Amino acid sequence: MSNVVLEVRDLGINFGGLRAVDGLNIDVEKNQLYGLIGPNGAGKTTVFNMLTGVYEPSDGTIKLNGELLNKKKPHEIARKGVSRTFQNIRLFKDLTVLENVLIALDTQADYSILTGILKMPKFFRQEKEMEEEAMRLLAVFGLDGDAQTLARNLPYGKQRELEIVRALGTHPKLLLLDEPAAGMNPQETQNLMDAIETLRNTFDISVLLIEHDMKLVMGICEKITVINYGTLLACGTPEEIQKNPQVIKAYLGE
Amino acid sequence: MSGINQFLMQLINGLNIGSIYALIALGYTMVYGIAKLINFAHGDIIMVGAYVSLLCLNSGMPWFIACIVSILACAVFGVVMEKLAYKPLRKASRISLLITAIGVSYLLENAFQLIFSANPKPYPGFITLPAIKIGSVSIAANYYVTFIVSVVLMIVLNLFVQKTNMGKAMRAVSEDEGAARLMGINVDNTISLTFAIGSALAAIAGILYSNCYSPINPFMGSLPGIKAFIAAVLGGIGSIPGAVLGGFILGMIETMVKAYISSQLLDSIVFTILILMLALKPSGILGKSVKEKV
Amino acid sequence: MKEKFKKQLLIDVLTVVVGYVALSLLMRFGVINDYVKGILLMACINIILTVSLNITSGFLGELALGHAGFMAVGAYAAALFSKSLSLIPAVEFPLAILVGGFAALIAGYIVSIPALRLKGDYLAIITLAAGEIIRNILKNLDIVGGTKGYTGIPGYTNFAWAYFVAVICIFASKSLIQSRHGRSIISIREDEIAAEASGVDTNRYKIIGFIFSAFFAGVGGALYAHYLRFLQPGIFTLNKSIEILVMVVLGGMGSIRGSIISAVILTVLPEMLRGFSDYRMLVYSLALIFMMLAKHSEKIRHLLAGFRPAVKRKETAHE
Repeated sequence: MSNVVLEVRDLGINFGGLRAVDGLNIDVEKNQLYGLIGPNGAGKTTVFNMLTGVYEPSDGTIKLNGELLNKKKPHEIARKGVSRTFQNIRLFKDLTVLENVLIALDTQADYSILTGILKMPKFFRQEKEMEEEAMRLLAVFGLDGDAQTLARNLPYGKQRELEIVRALGTHPKLLLLDEPAAGMNPQETQNLMDAIETLRNTFDISVLLIEHDMKLVMGICEKITVINYGTLLACGTPEEIQKNPQVIKAYLGE
Repeated sequence: MSGINQFLMQLINGLNIGSIYALIALGYTMVYGIAKLINFAHGDIIMVGAYVSLLCLNSGMPWFIACIVSILACAVFGVVMEKLAYKPLRKASRISLLITAIGVSYLLENAFQLIFSANPKPYPGFITLPAIKIGSVSIAANYYVTFIVSVVLMIVLNLFVQKTNMGKAMRAVSEDEGAARLMGINVDNTISLTFAIGSALAAIAGILYSNCYSPINPFMGSLPGIKAFIAAVLGGIGSIPGAVLGGFILGMIETMVKAYISSQLLDSIVFTILILMLALKPSGILGKSVKEKV
Repeated sequence: MKEKFKKQLLIDVLTVVVGYVALSLLMRFGVINDYVKGILLMACINIILTVSLNITSGFLGELALGHAGFMAVGAYAAALFSKSLSLIPAVEFPLAILVGGFAALIAGYIVSIPALRLKGDYLAIITLAAGEIIRNILKNLDIVGGTKGYTGIPGYTNFAWAYFVAVICIFASKSLIQSRHGRSIISIREDEIAAEASGVDTNRYKIIGFIFSAFFAGVGGALYAHYLRFLQPGIFTLNKSIEILVMVVLGGMGSIRGSIISAVILTVLPEMLRGFSDYRMLVYSLALIFMMLAKHSEKIRHLLAGFRPAVKRKETAHE
């Protein structure tokens, strides 16, 4: 049990009269690559929004390493060790690639406003450390060469990668990826799959990802949960999911 | 005058200014609902309506022609304003839109000041019906006409929005512009129509206001505009009954504060109400809260 | 990074000193007369107001319409302070400036409490309301003269004070923006939801942006009070806030250098063009609309590109 990083129990949320997610259970283990799949409108992103505090769940509990996350604010949850990317990329577009990462790395600096304004030695020391760390993270995706480029000027694929690097900046225990391969070509998707595996191993984190690309999900995830209409449809290894008649029905229709 | 009579008088004053606020707030709320824009210039359209009708009246036109000309002029003006200043910014950030709206508002005030000078101009009131006497309190024609016109207009507007196809299109666009477009609704025309109706209502408010509070000046619309916005927020922005309710509540609060608490601190009190309302229940009395999409 | 910073600092300090020496020599030898000197002094005060408003509107990305209100709080607090005490000016004035700044900072903090719960349009309205409330209260405050105005304020502000306080304001703002706090403030403008997801305590940084901005508005007000020697609530209307906003917008939201340039130009220009004052607000309003349309219209941007050198994007992002 102590191996479980994220423990979600009976999670549910109402939007007005609509029950968007209902009675969902998820257990993500340490260092696990976990897939959350389901047809369009199944409530996958809503689950992410609850996990990261953007929406407050109507019922159920979310625990990270045994600590309750419900009712915590998004930035608190991020600092506790859950970070995410977004389905529609949300970068700080008019800032440089480096600055995008530095903002997430803020957790590791603690110089005060006055130290910052008066540019005391501590400012330079910590800024230097942050910059080095940022460059190290960017290098994982080979983005270090683009450090001074404005985020908005990056090609689409690199923007997605930068979002992942930024998410790594808060030093997460659990990384949530919302359709990381959306809009990528097969070659880019393949590179992304390799990169996700690598970063899971190098940073020793768990990854929970939403994805439409079945090949990617089946290829790298060790465990998969399928939801439909906000409720659990199936849960198991990729092989079990592929054989599950209910999953086939939900995806192919009757 | 006895206390109860004085109170009745204040009640009538409150209803009067409240109906004007309600009329202006209707335009605010419709435009906000559909364009997601606080049209700062909306208050100034009252002033445009007042000046246009004044010009017509002074040139010897009968009052109803003057009213029609003024209403049409404002409607056209509202559409032109939207096309020139707001439409190009539909995809821009909110702050850009707001700054533009502030620019339009100041442009109107200062352009009219250059044309007509800042000196107040007397407005020849044309509502000449006899006063109504209720007990010992007499209600001037200005007052009850203003009230009746506003109530009738808001009922008509509500029916229009609820029952007609164009009204339904408006509601659809304010709910989800993209989906409305996919359903074959002409979004541009619908937005234009909203600005036209909102501005026409502002013109009527301007004419009624000028009848009650002559003389008029180029800055006359600014404060009622802001007050009407407060009314719209109070009632729940985007909601037609809310705007009317908010207008009357604000009119009443203002009159009563002026009469019984302090006329000097009136603005502070009204603005504090606004801040409290926004901070505690931003969706207003009749509005609904919306979750931001992530 | 440290070396780069030191080099830049050296250049900046040199520019400031040379600028000051040059201006004071011109004043000493009468090339700049007292009238022009007064205009330059007002330009310095306007730089303070513009740069500080740019922190909330340009960097934090929230439209604040109550800047004149915070300026008023600073002006009245500082004036009240220096009128009630009689220390030597060299001690009293800097203290009065700080009193003005902190009074405005507190006012800014109070306003930020309800404002934090809202964003965009509603926040703009709250700041507008706050500015009006401040003015309304000042009108009814007999201790500072009410509507009649507050007279007899010592005229401590001279060009040197205005110049160097403006320099401090510019340095502090630039330095804030280049720190981790500044980055977090900008991240809120860029994408609030992404900022939160990246661990930025958006409420905290909104307050920081707000009170920093209010502090320097108060400082600007303090200088203004001791220059004019007379205050009236009628000075600090919404018009005044809009005027400062125009300077921010024309200089470029999120550009401190732009704020400085546009504050100087918009202070000097109306004085130079006789009869311009009648058209001033008209021109300002047209400028506001045009700037916004230009920012979002390919056509106008293209047209402008022919007239001026292309703006380096990276520079604006770094500033």
